Order: sequence, then structure tokens, then C-alpha cells
Amino acid sequence: MQAFEYLRPETVEAAVAALNESGARALAGGTDLVPQMREGRRSASRIVDLKHIGELTAITVRPDGSVAIGAAATATAVSRHAAIAATYPAVASSVRLIGGVQVQNRASLGGNICNAAPSADAVPALLAQDARAVIASPQGRRESSLAELLHGPGRTSLSPGELLVSIVLPPHTPRSAAAYLRFTPRREMDIAIAGVAAWIALDARGAIAAARIVLASVAPTAIRAPTAEAKLIGEQPTSALLTEAGRLAAQDARPISDTRGSADYRRTLVSVLTARALADGCAQIQAGAP
Amino acid sequence: MKTVLTCTVNGIEHTVLADTRDTLLDLLRDRIGLTGTKEGCGNGNCGTCTVLMDGATVNACLILAFEAPGRDIITIEGLSDGGRMHPIQEALVAHGGTQCGFCTPGIVLSAKALLDTNPQPTEADIRHAIAGNLCRCTGYGKIVEAIAAAATTARES
Ligand SMILES: Cc1cc2nc3c(=O)[nH]c(=O)nc-3n(C[C@H](O)[C@H](O)[C@H](O)COP(=O)(O)OP(=O)(O)OC[C@H]3O[C@@H](n4cnc5c(N)ncnc54)[C@H](O)[C@@H]3O)c2cc1C
Ligand code: FES
Ligand code: FES
Repeated sequence: MQAFEYLRPETVEAAVAALNESGARALAGGTDLVPQMREGRRSASRIVDLKHIGELTAITVRPDGSVAIGAAATATAVSRHAAIAATYPAVASSVRLIGGVQVQNRASLGGNICNAAPSADAVPALLAQDARAVIASPQGRRESSLAELLHGPGRTSLSPGELLVSIVLPPHTPRSAAAYLRFTPRREMDIAIAGVAAWIALDARGAIAAARIVLASVAPTAIRAPTAEAKLIGEQPTSALLTEAGRLAAQDARPISDTRGSADYRRTLVSVLTARALADGCAQIQAGAP
Repeated sequence: MKTVLTCTVNGIEHTVLADTRDTLLDLLRDRIGLTGTKEGCGNGNCGTCTVLMDGATVNACLILAFEAPGRDIITIEGLSDGGRMHPIQEALVAHGGTQCGFCTPGIVLSAKALLDTNPQPTEADIRHAIAGNLCRCTGYGKIVEAIAAAATTARES
């Protein structure tokens, strides 16, 4: 491992200043970065620890009902947060899939997003909830959709020196719900062969008013399934319709074959997981989800 | 780049010379000499390096030594009381939940963190709590039994 200096800023501004140098790298939980550095897959001449910045570890419910999750807040803190567990259960349950308890006590949403693995488990549910990203740089702050941040395996659209400050979950839409399902050979401590998050909103007649379907591990980044989404709008959520949406989502997927699964196998998983995630969302709404 | 670092482990303050590249596991084992915490995989998968940081279990191999200052760190050495084993350790011995023992320090700390927050865990709670701790010997059944027994003992006393 290359030698580096370790910095522990206490404000976003100080962190941005510290990151504005070539070779500087942000450190949140370190569950991706530390083993990558030890194995020589990533290097840094300066490590900027984000965990002592209040805004980056805070989870704040805003007056309009949106929730700002600090980029360095741990998976454990996110999954245990009362408002997230009650209003965005797909987000709460997806972060509980990241490794075991020890990893969840460290792993952050910001690290999951910025490490940019196509299998990142926190990302699909956040995209399905239409999350936004707050980004700080020496020029100030900007906000973008989370989707715009994802560029490819191991790559985000953040410029060097930019810092992800928080992820904002928009206010809850009445009669809407989301679910994230993934398939892994082992129940715990495994990486998804395919994952699907679905968000669905029903109108007063019980027809589908809006839907977002996000596919993971079947493209260089998590992607939406536009054909499947379009099929759902205005329809009653019958099981035949949800199965058909699954079939279309499998066509929207762009999987590769690798040691964990073939492209065909991944498409089949997408089809099944999409129908199940949609059905799960409908069931939550029918059961009186907020 | 070696620098002086001060941290608190098992309630005792240690000031040592450490390299920024050291992990918390290197710090504990090689700089402080607490070898109860084991290195299995070195990449977060096996849980043999589990310690408590501010009461929560973490993998010491995934943490930089320089992240330790200001945190309260408890290793397996901090659990026995004047040489007397912790009730979770006694239960593991009584139920055959330890064989070669390499996973045991990590299992004990994962179990302690569970019982500290959930005194009446279900079998599923116990299995989830130790999902990040691999054991190549016992097949887990006896570990789960031992943790359940330790929970019962703690509730009754
Ligand atoms: C045993 C084990 C099991 C795992 N299982 C899973 C799993 O099931 N599912 C899954 O999705 N992941 C899994 N992971 C991967 C990892 O735990 C997650 O991706 C985690 O969310 C990373 O977060 P972190 O805070 O540890 O990131 P770090 O390692 O601290 O950072 C990751 C990357 O993001 C950058 N970064 C971090 N925060 C910011 C920020 N705010 N702004 C800009 N850049 C930033 C860092 O510079 C680094 O390049 C596992 C890891 C281990 C060790
Ligand atoms: S040595 Fe740390 S998890 Fe295996
Ligand atoms: S007792 Fe040998 S690894 Fe668990």
C-alpha cells in the first residue's frame, strides 16, 4: 500500500478543501476502500475521513416530509431510523442486505453509491424512490438526480474534489410503496446476481398512476426499465399485468455472462423479481401503507 | 510515515508509534500486542477480527489505525473479568460451540453486541448477528445454542 496522510476534517468546506488535491480520496466506512487499497486496486496519497462531519452523518426529516441522509451515515443508522423505516421501508431493508452486522455498522450510502458497483444494494431502492444527491465542490453546492451520478462500474460523474454530501428522499406520494428484491446464492454475505427495485403509486380506482422499475447487476450501472414501466400506467395491477411487466423488464436489461451467472439466467431473474417486487409494492398499498 | 497515535482499548489508553497504512487490526495485534483479535481473510468476509467500537461490532481489518483515536474499543481481552470468562464464553465452552477457537473471539463479541441490545433474541436474530462470522469447525448449531443459553442465563440472573 502506498503511504498516505490521514485527515479528519469537521466541516464540509474543510473536507472539500482537503479533497481538492490530486491523490486525495474520501473515506467513509472504508468497507470498500480499505481492502481495495490493501490489495493495490486503489491508491491515495491523502485520505479524508468524512465521519467527523456532523452534516455527513446526520439523518434529517425536513418540514416538507423529505428526508436528507448524510452520505457517511451508516447502514445501521439508516435502517434503524424511524421515519425511513416507516415511510421508505425498501430503503431500510435494502441497506440491511449489505454484508453482515459488522459491515453495516460502517458501510455508508455515499460509499455504496460512489464505489459504483453494478450490484450496489442501496442504489436500486434509492433510484426507485427518485432520490436526489447534494454535492459540494470548491465552487459551492449543486443538486442532481442520483441517476445522473452513476456512470459505470467503479465510476461516478463526480469530478475529482467533489464530495457527495447527502441523499434526499423526496416527500412520500400518497398510495405509493416500493420494494427491493435481490437474488443471491447464499442468504447473507453475498453479492446479487440480479436485483430489482420497484416503486408504484395507485390512483383512487386502484389503477397504476406511476411506476419506476430499477434493475441492478444487469448493466454497467443500475438502470430503469422504461418499457416495463410504460406498460403499467393506467392499468389495474393484476398478476397477469405484473408478469408481463417482468417479461418486458427482462428485455430492458443488458446483462453480461460472468462467473456468477449467465446473461439468460439474469434475464430470467429480472423477470421474476420484477413481478414480485411490483406485487410486494401493491400489497403494501392495499394493506394501508402510509 | 510513522506517527504517534493515542487510543483507548479496553479502557486503557495506549500511545504507540503507528504507520498511517496500519489497520486497526495491525494496531491491536502488532503495536499494542493484543493478539486475541485474529486475522482470517483481511478483507471483511470472515469476522475473526471483530471488535467493539463505541459498542458496535466492526471488522478491525477494514478500519485504519488512525480512525481509532477518540473511539472506545473493546477487544476479546477486555471481556474477561480478572481472568474469569465472560458468561458467553462459558456458554460456548459448555455447549461445544468452540473447537479450534479461531473464530471464537469474533463470535463472542458479535454475541455480546446482540445481547446488549436484544436480551431475548430469536434463533433467527442470533443467526443474523453472527452471519458475518465464519466458523469452519462447528457447523454453527452449537454456537447458536450457546448464545441462546447465555441469553437465558443473563435474563435469569
Ligand atoms: C464482507 C463485505 C460484504 C459486502 N456486501 C455487500 C452487499 O451485500 N451489497 C453491497 O451493495 N455492498 C456490499 N459490500 C460493499 C460495501 O460494504 C458497500 O459498498 C458500502 O456501502 C461502502 O460504503 P463505505 O462507507 O464503506 O465506503 P468507503 O469504502 O469508505 O468508500 C467507497 C468509495 O466511495 C468513495 N466515497 C465514499 N463516500 C463518499 C462521498 N461522500 N463523496 C465522494 N466519494 C465518496 C470513496 O472515496 C471510495 O472510493 C460488502 C463489503 C464487504 C467487506
Ligand atoms: S480478517 Fe477481518 S473480516 Fe476476516
Ligand atoms: S471453532 Fe474453528 S473456526 Fe470456529
